[in-house]
Amino acid sequence: MAGSDRRASTLVIGCGALGRELVELVARDGLEHVEVRCLPASLHNRPERIPAAVEGLVVAARGRYGRIFVAYGDCGTGGALDRVLARHGIERLPGAHCYQAYAGVAAFDRMAEEEPGTFYLTDFLVRNFDRLVITGLGIDRHPELLPQYFAGYRRVVYLSQRDDPALLEAAERAAERLGLAFEHRPTGLGELETSIARLAQAPAAAEAA
Amino acid sequence: MTDEQELDLDSLSDAELVEQMHDDLYDGMADEVVAGTRILLGRGWGPDRVLAEALVEGMRIVGVDFRDGILFVPEVLLSANSMKAGMGVLRPLLAETGARPIGKVVLGTVKGDIHDIGKNLVGMMLEGAGFEVVDLGVNTDVDRFLAALEEHKPDILGMSALLTTTMPYMKVVIQALKDRGIRDDYTVLVGGAPLNEEFGLAVGADAYCRDAAVAAETARAFIDKRRAAQA
Repeated sequence: MAGSDRRASTLVIGCGALGRELVELVARDGLEHVEVRCLPASLHNRPERIPAAVEGLVVAARGRYGRIFVAYGDCGTGGALDRVLARHGIERLPGAHCYQAYAGVAAFDRMAEEEPGTFYLTDFLVRNFDRLVITGLGIDRHPELLPQYFAGYRRVVYLSQRDDPALLEAAERAAERLGLAFEHRPTGLGELETSIARLAQAPAAAEAA
Repeated sequence: MTDEQELDLDSLSDAELVEQMHDDLYDGMADEVVAGTRILLGRGWGPDRVLAEALVEGMRIVGVDFRDGILFVPEVLLSANSMKAGMGVLRPLLAETGARPIGKVVLGTVKGDIHDIGKNLVGMMLEGAGFEVVDLGVNTDVDRFLAALEEHKPDILGMSALLTTTMPYMKVVIQALKDRGIRDDYTVLVGGAPLNEEFGLAVGADAYCRDAAVAAETARAFIDKRRAAQA
């Protein structure tokens, strides 16, 4: 990074579940001044640890970036992430989680309202379904747990970021594996794209954090 | 247990057997937990003692290790299933003793939320602590909560939510209690992964419970307090 160029000092701290999309957006838009650093997506298994993990990166980045943006939703932290970010004057993605960021808050809320028992998939979750859902929830070792996890669910909605027939097919297989109805709603990158585009347009703010 | 030789549970002393049952609960070995339960009963233990010392205490240990990140959800579910199996043996015996429940709890996951693993654990631990539990299930709206309070007249209302987007509904329910002038008739406990103590206070609950064991302890403490005030 060019230390003398103030634009060369934007850090995006993102969830690993958005890592591929963030890196592609930054590369696509030629945002050489934006650096992406991701935390493991597995932190979602322990959302209470997300605020401290994000703050750790913010503190470590202090003085080295003109601006920091956090590519997380609330992500099950119950407002704790917002309190950390407010202390440092840092923005994050709008919404409660990446499903809302991709689909848009209003559209997501409509989906949740029409069927609370919806299990959402994104491209990341489809790619990692076996590892995160089947193995992560122990269903591979204990198939008898599947009904306990998914008793309340009625359908899978795949919020797709890219038009990829292989991913679509894998998402359908995932729904079948869970014994749920399947719907596909292409969303593209939604608020993730909008937020990164804003980083491209806005001049770097004064020292964040 | 990972011992290669099969362990003869009958050969253990009471204390060893209880410790073994804690291990078996921890490892999610339902058959062994049921066997241990039957052996203790056969040795003259009362069902309430087996429940408290072998099952509830074993599950409490599981809860501590879950909180500390040593165990994860699948392991906890297997442990819970084992405890449930043990309770299946004890429940009819407990009913036979005619012992009155120490209190009654109406429990539900709030509207818009269909997650019930945590709520079910809480229900089980409350039952283990001697409460009668009326479980309203998931996606419970304010009318169903109010109707259940009217019908069952519990001491405690417990509400659960897993989602940041659904947890504010707890405030809707508590406000409805206030509007009807019945808020103080009940102890209101709330819990769920994205909640914290601050949120519990903000929505007007009596307490936030960070896990199932704490929920049972907190419920007990509120009942004791209420009974002491009435005495």
